[in-house]
Amino acid sequence: MDNNNETKGIWKVIGASSLGTLIEWYDFYIFGSLAVVIANQFFPKTNPTAALLSTLATFAAGFIVRPFGALVFGRLGDLVGRKYTFLLTLILMGGSTFAIGCIPNYDHIGFLAPILVLILRLIQGLALGGEYGGAATYVAEHSPAHRRGYFTSWIQTTATLGLFISLGVILLTRHMLDADAAKSIAKFNDWGWRIPFLISIILVIVSIYIRLKMKESPLYSKLKSEGKTSVNPLKESFGHKANLKMVLLALFGATMGQGVVWYTGQFYAQSFIENVCKVEFDQSRTVIIWAILFATPFFVVFASLSDKIGRKWIMIVGMLLAVLSYNYLFTNLYDTVDVKNKTEIVEKKEVKTTVTLIASTTDSIRKVVTKTFYTDGMSQVQTKTDTAYSTPGKTTKKPIVATSKTISSSDYWKMVGIVFILILYVTMVYGPIAAFLVELFPTKIRYTSMSLPYHIGNGVFGGLTPFIATLLTTIYVDNKIVGLMYPIIIGTICMIIGAIYINNKIDPEVNR
Amino acid sequence: MNALKKYMGLVWVILGPLSIHYLLQTASSEIVKKPGIDTQIQWGVFIGVFYPIAIGFILFGLYALEGNYDHLPEASEELDDYDAKPL
Repeated sequence: MDNNNETKGIWKVIGASSLGTLIEWYDFYIFGSLAVVIANQFFPKTNPTAALLSTLATFAAGFIVRPFGALVFGRLGDLVGRKYTFLLTLILMGGSTFAIGCIPNYDHIGFLAPILVLILRLIQGLALGGEYGGAATYVAEHSPAHRRGYFTSWIQTTATLGLFISLGVILLTRHMLDADAAKSIAKFNDWGWRIPFLISIILVIVSIYIRLKMKESPLYSKLKSEGKTSVNPLKESFGHKANLKMVLLALFGATMGQGVVWYTGQFYAQSFIENVCKVEFDQSRTVIIWAILFATPFFVVFASLSDKIGRKWIMIVGMLLAVLSYNYLFTNLYDTVDVKNKTEIVEKKEVKTTVTLIASTTDSIRKVVTKTFYTDGMSQVQTKTDTAYSTPGKTTKKPIVATSKTISSSDYWKMVGIVFILILYVTMVYGPIAAFLVELFPTKIRYTSMSLPYHIGNGVFGGLTPFIATLLTTIYVDNKIVGLMYPIIIGTICMIIGAIYINNKIDPEVNR
Repeated sequence: MNALKKYMGLVWVILGPLSIHYLLQTASSEIVKKPGIDTQIQWGVFIGVFYPIAIGFILFGLYALEGNYDHLPEASEELDDYDAKPL
């Protein structure tokens, strides 16, 4: 095969693998991005926090089952081949995403609704657990040894781009359902949220068609023709000390830290900007969208660099920078839009009070909306809702206060810059990791062996980051950035283990 | 470097049970503080997930103490060697 054909071939492989993986990440993240809307649709509305926690738990369930998907589909991939296994995961993911978009809400079918959502979410998690390892292995096994980092980096961009597209589709859908913005958002919250789930099926069908045309990985085909494939990949991966020790090293020395850096830089950053900094819905998402757009090319840059200087130190430096600067960067995000650092234009302040009588009582719901303007262009809307009792002396103990800030252009771009740095760390730890994992394990058990540490690291340690960080803020209520304790501790331990134990000089011809 | 790998192994072996202890202690105090099914589910999930990971962490420390990470495979032949050495 000449060089030209070889290059053409590898780009076809990358295109087919990346598109499918991108769609799987998109499918997986639209659920997380719509957590609040889904909570209102599918979970009993006793109180919003309980509903949100239930959704986050479902979200977490999607992450926790990923290692099981890695075992099930990893085993299958090592037994029957990479191509058919990651085709199956794509079908499962696409089918379950489409089905979530079709489920009637809690008001129509009661508890069956959240149960169905939970089951479909678990299937999504299982499918994703099988997809990534297959795609990374498939591309790596087609790549020339000296450019394995570069070629697998395209698979590495898909997770972040999946998040990017999911946020973009949600924002577009939210604003295109009616000419009136408020009505459009109301329609989106009512039924429009289903659209991002439903359109996924078109993308999945296209991707299945492309993948069907692909051939099996050459390394795997060679093993198969020689009758050297594994008979029991699970036993060979985790029942032999020599391989198990590498699985443990991959988890504790690389993927665990990579997972928390990935989710802190993107998911937790968005949650922090929206829920702690109180930046309004659209801006809190477009900040992430811009930062992703600017940072994504660096996945390829750092992965290519890893072909020249090795994978280890790029990942370790990424973790080091992250754990050292998280406190500073998140404090900066908070301070950027903190009203204490702003000058109010007192004469522009607007206060509007509405009182609505509660049916068959003499009490009323009182809503006070205060709009405050600041000299730098920021405005803040604070809505305070309480019950005005007719009984003298009786007052609401804890009024519900909702705050939403529309930030100025300079603050907006400052936030984009900070999130860009956070995502740059993600590109350092995540860009080279596919090639690193592939090179750690032999071909016949590679799919199984690399998938498990990846999905425990990325799925469990990483996926639970926003959940655990939010939980920490409810335990230590006075500290706004206490949630960072979790990624900092995990990242530090992983960085130390990686620096001491991981070898930077792995034979580029490993198991070719 | 190999000596450091072994000594640090001891740290990981100790850190594993400590993390389990911290997890169980925080879970029980949070469940007492905020009784309810949500809190129980949350902490039940955390314990169910992180307990086996902590066991894996202890195993990793033990392997390091035994010197299993003194030399990592650098060639294809070494990676294939594992067939001969079951647990």
